[in-house]
Amino acid sequence: MKLVAEKREISSRLFRFSAPIISILVALFVAGFLLLAAGVNPLQAYLEILQESLGSSYGLSETLVKTTPLIFASLGVSVAFRMQIWNIGAEGQIYMGACGASWVALFSGIENHVLMITAMFLVAFLFGGLWAGVAGLLRARWKVNEVIVTLLMNYIAILGVDYLIYGPWKDPKGFNFPLTAQFSDAARLTEYFDTRLHSGFFLALFCALILYLFMERTVWGYEIKVIGSNPKAARYAGMRTGLAIFAVLFLSGAIAGIAGFSEVAGLQHRLQHGISPGYGYTAIIIAWLAKRSALGVVIVSFLMGVLLVGGDSLQLSWQLPVAFVYAFQGLILFFLLASDFFIQNRLRLIREEHHA
Amino acid sequence: MPDLLQIKHIRKTFPGVIALDDVSLSIAPGEIHTLLGENGAGKSTLMNVLTGLYRPDRGEIRFDDDPVQFDSPRDSLAMGIGMVHQHFMLVPAHSVFENILLALDKVPNFYSRKQFKQLVQNVLDEFELDLDLDTPVWKLSIGAQQWIELIKLLVRDCRLLILDEPTAVLTPQESARLFLVLTRLRDQGKSILFISHKMREVMEISNRVTVLKKGRSLTTLRRGEYDEKLLASLMIGEDQIPEWEKSTNNGEQLVLEIKDLSVRNDRGLADLDNFNMKLYRGQILGIAGVAGNGQKALAEVLTGLREASGGKILAGDRDITNSTAKSSYIAGIAHIPEDRKSIGIAPDMTVDENLIMKSFTSSAFRRWIFQDRAAIRSNAAEKIDQFAIKAGPAGTPVRYLSGGNIQKVIIARELSEKPTVLVALYPTRGLDIGSAEYVHKVVVDGAEEGMSTILISEDLDELLKLSDQIVVMFRGRLVGCVDPRQTSREAIGLLMSGEVQT
Repeated sequence: MKLVAEKREISSRLFRFSAPIISILVALFVAGFLLLAAGVNPLQAYLEILQESLGSSYGLSETLVKTTPLIFASLGVSVAFRMQIWNIGAEGQIYMGACGASWVALFSGIENHVLMITAMFLVAFLFGGLWAGVAGLLRARWKVNEVIVTLLMNYIAILGVDYLIYGPWKDPKGFNFPLTAQFSDAARLTEYFDTRLHSGFFLALFCALILYLFMERTVWGYEIKVIGSNPKAARYAGMRTGLAIFAVLFLSGAIAGIAGFSEVAGLQHRLQHGISPGYGYTAIIIAWLAKRSALGVVIVSFLMGVLLVGGDSLQLSWQLPVAFVYAFQGLILFFLLASDFFIQNRLRLIREEHHA
Repeated sequence: MPDLLQIKHIRKTFPGVIALDDVSLSIAPGEIHTLLGENGAGKSTLMNVLTGLYRPDRGEIRFDDDPVQFDSPRDSLAMGIGMVHQHFMLVPAHSVFENILLALDKVPNFYSRKQFKQLVQNVLDEFELDLDLDTPVWKLSIGAQQWIELIKLLVRDCRLLILDEPTAVLTPQESARLFLVLTRLRDQGKSILFISHKMREVMEISNRVTVLKKGRSLTTLRRGEYDEKLLASLMIGEDQIPEWEKSTNNGEQLVLEIKDLSVRNDRGLADLDNFNMKLYRGQILGIAGVAGNGQKALAEVLTGLREASGGKILAGDRDITNSTAKSSYIAGIAHIPEDRKSIGIAPDMTVDENLIMKSFTSSAFRRWIFQDRAAIRSNAAEKIDQFAIKAGPAGTPVRYLSGGNIQKVIIARELSEKPTVLVALYPTRGLDIGSAEYVHKVVVDGAEEGMSTILISEDLDELLKLSDQIVVMFRGRLVGCVDPRQTSREAIGLLMSGEVQT
């Protein structure tokens, strides 16, 4: 007997939609063993995650705070994924966006709130977009692999921001901590209900709606899908694929850049070290889980927000390292990719004919 | 002497395609056996079965009179079956010696470089080959790289050598040299399976020839039992030519003129080489030729998929060589089953979406920047009805359709643009008779309304039935231009083989 994988002609619709849920459940199961090894009762831990992140208005607001940058970054990543362009550099683009927004906030001297916020937004959009645009240009012109370029540019962005906050932009009154001065009130987003929840969250939802319309309803969204599905057919239909690659990577980076803007203007109110604890990488998992759909991104980002906030509390009450959260995220992606295999293939046992 | 290799009633299917259907042949020791067939006849599939890449659905392979089963290329190599592929399997940055060493198994971890080098050098000396073992492979010519592939098999002491169109990349002088070596190998008792569709080579070198057509082994002939004419007609087929039903039209009004058009491929070789052609209004111009002689490049450059490296494409007096205006002037349909995704469709998108691929920016299908879904749907409904496309429920991705229906989607889309020129590349390959007839009707009807068609096909029946004029391509050049009603299939076959020029 021998086990062989065969390509499915048609993958079952039910299976396609249940696969992300199943892979999360399997990841939960396997992660349970990690928890057991750390001496924690998994059921108790999972319950605590839910309670801490959803059980109180404070918890919920914190979850939404974490959800916000995840939505932006994942939207950015998923736009590129739609065209089979693999932008792994959302992390760096977040830093560039944050850097651009901070630059305006610290040095422009604008006093009008609306004007200031608009300027910060636009510069963050531009910084993130141009940062990813470099990879777009290299890919479109010289077929340089965008995975490598976007990934490596993360380090440049993160260390570049570090340079600024350890050096020229360091707050003189900051006791030598690696952070800039606080932004003026004009450069802060509105906060609600006495919590850290800020208007960036609603901007993220709005952004998801716009992107949904863009991808599903506009002529450009159509073009992106055709290019993603078969670049040769797109070229044959007269589409300018090179330009589209650049434009899509620009857009992808720009939206990730907004995450940086929303973090500094809405939450931190300054530029500081570690402004994103890996949102850009989590975004890749989210975009994949969400099957690149804008609505899906919002839902999955919220789930990841739950996990991050719940994970924080696990650190506090059980002394679990933060690595557990990342391990869990890794497990989800791992099982998701595995489930993709089962969606596209069917396993079959075949009898081996033995010859003498 | 008993046969070294016997293949009996091999059948291999892929989803929707029968690649091999009852193929039998045998190869004796000390024999050069040629496998002759058009592209798509199943030669490559058969090779992949013999080298263990594919497993046949049915049939038997016997080696040394023992039944064998190859699960991977390693199995067949272990038996002593080696193959020189069309695409070389070499590590470009490594030296000639290192590449050859890779082919050997049982090389000890601490091998004696000198000893192994001597081993390889002996093989080189035996066949009087001049190759520097320390040169990195990427510096060598394509011809020299092919020698390395062959030497790899010789140092392994393979008993059966399979060569897949080895002369395709060689100059005539290099080919002559290769034949010399092959003949000597045969005299030493090696068996050689030689794949080709070049008549002259087949005549020169083979002891026996097996003709493969549409996945079946038609017949095996000994030297002396065949001549070029017979092989050509066997390869191309002897089906009855259908009654002529079409009026001939070699119109007056010139719609497309191709002047000295050249296209180079990645290797820098010319896929199209100073190609010249004229197309008149309402004309169906057939292009005959063995696949791989520039037809695909011609179709691709006409439909804007590749850029010309020289020459001109003129529409009337407008130069549209590398212009985007081409896509509204020239439409294309292509059907290449093994490469279904290649140019025609966006496979993951719906039938509706695929039907507007060339006209998605037209005001009929959009309102401002938004797509007009109602219009797109009603357009699809109309086309599905008009062309009798079995499209499944609305929203079905086009890749779930059958080959014939995918082809209809492409035709519906291309014709809706009312093109002046239609380029049809193997438009009926792999289609069932009904769908193929339908495609023919579309082309003929189009011609009556003034559309001109460039029909590129390997199927001579199709060409003879539809074309007003047939031109023959060989190695990217036009080698002949004939009137289909006054020319025999054999004459066209000889032109296709590059033996004669008109």
